[in-house]
Amino acid sequence: MAEKIFTRNFHRADSHTLAAYRETGGYTAVGKAFGMERTAIVEEVKKANLRGLGGAGFPTGMKWSFIPKDSTAPKYLVVNADEGEPGTFKDRYLLEREPHALIEGMLIAARAIDSHLGFVYIRGEYVQPWRVFSAAVQEAYAAGLLGKNIQGSGFDFDIVIHRGAGAYICGEETGLLSSLEGKKGWPKIKPPFPAIKGAFGHPTIVNNVETLSAVPHIINRGGAWFAGLGSKSQGGTRLYSVSGHVVRPGLVEAPVSITLRQLIYDECGGIPGGRRLKAVVPGGSSAAILTADEIDVSMDVDGLKNAGTMAGSAGVIVMDETVSIPEALMVVARFYAHESCGQCTPCRESTGWIYKITHRIVDGHGRKEDLDTILDVAKRGAGTTICAFYDGAVGPYISYVEKFREEFEALIRSGDHA
Amino acid sequence: MADPRRPEFTAEQLAEVRRLQSLYPEARGALLPVLHLAQDAWGYISLEAEAYVAGLFDLSPAHVHEVVTFYTMFFQRPKGRHVVAVCHNLSCHLMGAKTIVDHLRQRLGVDVGETTADGRVTLLTVECLCACEAAPMMQVDDRYEVLLTAEKCDRILEGLR
Repeated sequence: MAEKIFTRNFHRADSHTLAAYRETGGYTAVGKAFGMERTAIVEEVKKANLRGLGGAGFPTGMKWSFIPKDSTAPKYLVVNADEGEPGTFKDRYLLEREPHALIEGMLIAARAIDSHLGFVYIRGEYVQPWRVFSAAVQEAYAAGLLGKNIQGSGFDFDIVIHRGAGAYICGEETGLLSSLEGKKGWPKIKPPFPAIKGAFGHPTIVNNVETLSAVPHIINRGGAWFAGLGSKSQGGTRLYSVSGHVVRPGLVEAPVSITLRQLIYDECGGIPGGRRLKAVVPGGSSAAILTADEIDVSMDVDGLKNAGTMAGSAGVIVMDETVSIPEALMVVARFYAHESCGQCTPCRESTGWIYKITHRIVDGHGRKEDLDTILDVAKRGAGTTICAFYDGAVGPYISYVEKFREEFEALIRSGDHA
Repeated sequence: MADPRRPEFTAEQLAEVRRLQSLYPEARGALLPVLHLAQDAWGYISLEAEAYVAGLFDLSPAHVHEVVTFYTMFFQRPKGRHVVAVCHNLSCHLMGAKTIVDHLRQRLGVDVGETTADGRVTLLTVECLCACEAAPMMQVDDRYEVLLTAEKCDRILEGLR
């Protein structure tokens, strides 16, 4: 059986406590990191091939290296705990069951980028995760693991926990920063990138919960070890959130080289009731859909990219043969229409109109030109907006229509506008 | 509960506002936390409350209004004593969210977005709450209720006073 890193303590009822974390080697990596040069920490994380696990898959060590070396400005570390990608629930588990791994990962990252203040942006609806994580932060302060002169190292670091208030776009890193600054969560034009000009105008690194939770293990056991667990271009295991029509939905920790077929059939027991698989969304709702014939792909960033979709947040949504794909697209289109922040015209307008079109198709009022309209509108808007939100919406628009076109056409033909 | 149309924090709440503001490099960072505090105090965030909070931050009421209207968790009108928010995103949709929403509408006698006449429950549909492994699910006030069935919804509603 493959090695577990993130979930190794999940079987313990007290896994959220400092005592349990320490019993399994917790907070030894940060001691080691305090004795390392800052650049050596970054190099170790680069060697690990750790890629951002929130959705974008950007190499973490490289991101850290973008912080200006000689800047005397304050630098901030921001944790993106605004989990919201449909089909994803891994960060909720980490906040509730392994909060000290995140705190230790923050300390190591802060040391690497020379930051003394970190923010943890937790989605507002996550009340229980917020409570558990807050208690863990209090425990860490009481044990001298946060605050001034941590463990006699001379290093200071404070954590501020910030609750969101309900907006998917705040999971986009610059939208998150706008929100943290007391504004609506509008994404910002890049460049400048947050590493140069981020929160409150200062150099900032934004990392996902799971990404930072991997860091203590990398420092303790070495970048080469972590890299060896994964594929050529992405190290480690990661947490797959599997939902929909599988026998055992839930969280699965597996090496990123696992295939989608193994994940569905070996880890989650296959499709219930002897029904057949119809389609799978492999990386959160923004990832292009795969048909039942396309599941022999490895789940790492490059494997899914080569398959025309993306690893994203590793939220795997499984659909059996009973599912209406036009209805599924309508549900997804409703989400993007609701969550578009309204800043860029192509996104604001297209998400609204495409939802209306999918809605009328499902209601039996579809027109024969509707499918080409969806594809045309989706393709024209891609790449024209400030952030990746609209590109994320285009993934499902195009892939659902192109891969299941006959099903859409049959529905339109049976309607009253055919 | 204090009158939302004549909003004023108590001395204790004001101390909490100042503490929150001191945590950020610029006090404005505390706007969302303070709006959460305001909603807890007054049930919803009225235009008067927006203007009051704006004054605490030296921001324009228009800025605070823009923020309040952007986020789904801030209510601009009175809500029920309990908020029942059913996820209707993809995983919950696949596992029967529509049946759950229809059942709750019928049981509560309200449509989505409405509050029962006795002020007990506001019914909402919301986007993914990220508990897809236990779909269909909903949020009832602060807690997640998962693996919903019509019977389970009835039991949950009975517990709301």
